[in-house]
Amino acid sequence: MSLFLIVALPFLGALLPGLMIQAGRQACFMATFLVTLLTAVGVAVHAPAVLSGEVITAQAEWLPGLGMNANFFLDPLGLMFAGLILGIGLLIIAYARKYLSRDDNMGEFFTYLLLFQGAMVGIVLCDNILMLLIFWELTSLSSFLLIGFWKHLPAGRQGARMALTVTGMGGLALIGGMLILGNIVGSYDLTVILENREAIQADPMYLPALILILLGCFTKSAQFPFHFWLPHAMAAPTPVSAYLHSATMVKAGLFILARMWPVLSGTDAWFWLVSGAGIITMALAAIIALFKDDLKALLAFSTVSQLGLITFLLGTGTGYAAMAAVFHILNHASFKAALFMTAGIVDHEAHTRDIPRLGGLRKLMPITFAIGTLAALSMAGIPFFNGFLSKEMFLEEAAHTKLFGSYYAVPVIATVGALFSAAYSFRFIVHTFLGPVRDDYPAKPHDPPTGMWLPPAILIVPVLLIGILPFLAEPFVKTVTYAVIGDAVEMPDAHLKLWHGLTPALYMSIIAVVGGLILLALYSPLARGWNAVPRPEAKPMFDAVIAAAVALAGRITHGLHNGSFTRYAAIMIVTIIALGAHAWMTGAFAGYTRAALDMTANAVAGWGMLVAATITLVIVHRNRLAALILMGIVGLMVSVGFNFFSAPDLALTQISVEVVTIILLLLALNFLPNRTPRETSGLRKTRDAVIALAGGGAVTALIYSMLRTDFAAESISQYHLDNSYKGGGGDNVVNVILVDFRGFDTFGEIIVLGIAALVIYALTEALLSSSVRARLLNRGYEERRAGDAHPVMMVVLTRVLLPIALMVGFYIFLRGHNEPGGGFIAGLVVAIAVVMQYMASGFAWAAKRQRYPYHGIIGAGVLIAGLTGIGAWFFGQPFLTSAFGYFRIPPMNEFELATAMGFDLGVFLAVVGAVMLSLESFSRLGRRSGEDAPEHAMDIDPSRDDDDDKTDGKGH
Amino acid sequence: MELLVASAVGVMTAAGIYLVLRLRTFPVIIGVSLLTYAVNVFLFASGRLAMDMPPILRDGVENYTDPLPQALVLTAIVISFGMTAVVVIIALGSWLACDDDFVEAVEQHDPRTKSADRAPRGQDAA
Repeated sequence: MSLFLIVALPFLGALLPGLMIQAGRQACFMATFLVTLLTAVGVAVHAPAVLSGEVITAQAEWLPGLGMNANFFLDPLGLMFAGLILGIGLLIIAYARKYLSRDDNMGEFFTYLLLFQGAMVGIVLCDNILMLLIFWELTSLSSFLLIGFWKHLPAGRQGARMALTVTGMGGLALIGGMLILGNIVGSYDLTVILENREAIQADPMYLPALILILLGCFTKSAQFPFHFWLPHAMAAPTPVSAYLHSATMVKAGLFILARMWPVLSGTDAWFWLVSGAGIITMALAAIIALFKDDLKALLAFSTVSQLGLITFLLGTGTGYAAMAAVFHILNHASFKAALFMTAGIVDHEAHTRDIPRLGGLRKLMPITFAIGTLAALSMAGIPFFNGFLSKEMFLEEAAHTKLFGSYYAVPVIATVGALFSAAYSFRFIVHTFLGPVRDDYPAKPHDPPTGMWLPPAILIVPVLLIGILPFLAEPFVKTVTYAVIGDAVEMPDAHLKLWHGLTPALYMSIIAVVGGLILLALYSPLARGWNAVPRPEAKPMFDAVIAAAVALAGRITHGLHNGSFTRYAAIMIVTIIALGAHAWMTGAFAGYTRAALDMTANAVAGWGMLVAATITLVIVHRNRLAALILMGIVGLMVSVGFNFFSAPDLALTQISVEVVTIILLLLALNFLPNRTPRETSGLRKTRDAVIALAGGGAVTALIYSMLRTDFAAESISQYHLDNSYKGGGGDNVVNVILVDFRGFDTFGEIIVLGIAALVIYALTEALLSSSVRARLLNRGYEERRAGDAHPVMMVVLTRVLLPIALMVGFYIFLRGHNEPGGGFIAGLVVAIAVVMQYMASGFAWAAKRQRYPYHGIIGAGVLIAGLTGIGAWFFGQPFLTSAFGYFRIPPMNEFELATAMGFDLGVFLAVVGAVMLSLESFSRLGRRSGEDAPEHAMDIDPSRDDDDDKTDGKGH
Repeated sequence: MELLVASAVGVMTAAGIYLVLRLRTFPVIIGVSLLTYAVNVFLFASGRLAMDMPPILRDGVENYTDPLPQALVLTAIVISFGMTAVVVIIALGSWLACDDDFVEAVEQHDPRTKSADRAPRGQDAA
């Protein structure tokens, strides 16, 4: 199976649980299970080749310009992790099937789980660090959803937020570190980076990159001092804890450490940071774990401790330690997932996981007891269990490691850590299962159904098998180890075996186990002492930091963003003017290079009208109707100006848009007050005037200097002029640019226009379905009403004009390719003609004759434009390539047909639909109850006797 | 001629800015419309000014004005209608639902200048 498919399968499969839950919980479970099984089989078929030394790859260029390629590769390290993710995933899914109660939304749970699974598989198979970072963030997000799955529990939500904050910040650091690495090497492909050990370690940016990458790994793998989030994440349902927080996600950090091992390890910085953090975490978390009363909290801290152990091993930089690390990743995943599931079973059956309330479950839950005990003994490091083997190797490595300036520091810390590990493992067994049977459990505990105990039982198989016959795992572990260390250091010649002789590690092991038993015997006084000593608690500290950050952000935001639009506008305008002034002062202006055109009397007159209208507009703006009329004058003068300066298309567009805009604002003014009250103080007005004049002056200066200088670079316009006829078959270059050269832009623009109209429609609908409707209906008339709502002159005129206006629109549309005109202008003209009917004859009358809904017209327009573009594909051309030809039908002259016309038709329809839908929506607001379509085509008909009740059906 | 265009755009910009800084929705909408004119003319003028040289190809005519800014401005004019319409419906919705046509979310105006037709603000407007 292709690696692409392996990575994609869980993501595609994530669509299934939500659908299959409709068919029942069993169907939902089966879908999830089969998706995971299929992915696992896909990985497994590659296993023989990978283990024989082959590396499976799949490559595709995605964004090669950014160095972002969808490259995947499967090597033994990736194989081991993918096997863990998918293998344990299968067990967890089976376990969750029985664990989740009927109140839990199983479809949602499995969707998140598959998303997480896909992201994890992506991380371990990825060969491009940019892709890897995406998958990394996806694991943070999906684990957030899983931790907070029980949304009703505050602890779950808080734990999820804390996990997301910590791992998310680590993720940011990791992005920074990885990008630095990519820059050093000049490639974002992992396999290339891995070959550049010398270049990376010699680079001055090595240390920053290392620290950033370690921040990412340590936060993800809960290493000191970022260990605090993991115990809080235990508010998640137990399958999540078992899957994410023991077997997979927290190992992602270790995976990156192992993956980057060949290029990053071996330096002092690596050794100090990684080993130091690892060994401290290992001991500290083991001590804390012993005194936790919550079963899952105990396991959480033990996980932190075990992860610290692996981190330490990866930090020392020897091949032997790397082998031990690989081995322990494997062992820990098996026994810890089993332990979490055991804790979940206890919680599920006894309805508590508080250790002081438990004990004596041995007789009530014999199967659970057997599984839990075997797994815990492995964790304690007892011989004949797999945990013993890798812990021996850890102690062996610790005995030879010099850190903190002493030969004894690491062995002592390691022994203390191992001692407490043994103690909490024993406590897990003794305080939960041994002792007398109690009669005060919150529920009646008994062994769970097979579906729940079988998954952890399966995990016990490797625990024992490897524990007793370690040589079975040796070839695999060695292959993976070689994948980790590459050729950076020599392969260790050590073997996995039970008896190494009387080594220091054996003595340390004995001390740990015996000491652990003693600690457990002294547990009560120790716990009293532990609880009496004040300790720094991570959660209040974390909460305080977050609260401070939120407060700071709040102060900055509220200072800048106080809800005053006027203030933002003023700040923005002043900033722009200041930036422009700065550019003006510091830049070099070479002087005018173009001669000024002579002023003509007409131009001066037009300028005078525009300026006079604008200034009057500002002065009388409180009278809103007057302001609107003056705005119309300004718009008209702008369109005259366009025409004057050789832009007939723009003039036509401007004048028709002007008409619809004024109609729109008139409709709005129908509801809004007619006057703007006087509210701002004189000082404020002066301030605004100063800003306005500064802005106006700056714009004048800018445009004047632009108009008097030549282009900075050669313009591409000549290309369009040269090719308009040859390539686009049209004489009107502006129209050819719109429908051909830049057709894709235009396509986007008509879609935007259509969306704007739909937004208006939706907002109107929302308004009309709210309390606004009642208020509109009860609204009184503020002014005197016209006696004749539909003046007969206007009705007659608009109806006579309608066919003429439509013909004009059609004509403008047809000639658009060669003369001024085209779809945009034709659409506006037709829209105006139709709007006139609404205005003259009333909304109800016009709506009754409107056969096609305007949404449909917009949609048809976009569709036609799109299909015209797609048509080019059938001729092997790119989207929107146009074609044209000249045809002759005998009685007529030769005429041209261009595919661009189909596109322009789409533009036309979209514009008509969008303008009409907007205006119609506005007028719907004005429609009152009781207004029905008039009986007759016209209000007044001289030939009709109005007293007569009979309807003649005319106009219906 | 350049001075006429430049100063006309400047006047429209100044008027637009002044109106945008008012407190009620209607003058702000008018102000934005004026700024739209100014920006459209500005973009159009970036092709430099030319008279009697429309970009319609004719036999024997060598010089044409720059067609590219015209094509860009043409769609900009139509889109600006859509934008104005959306802003107007939002303003109208606020007025119809809350009797509120202030552009401010906070009480910033001087209470002494209460005018007769000022409507009470909605209680949850802040």
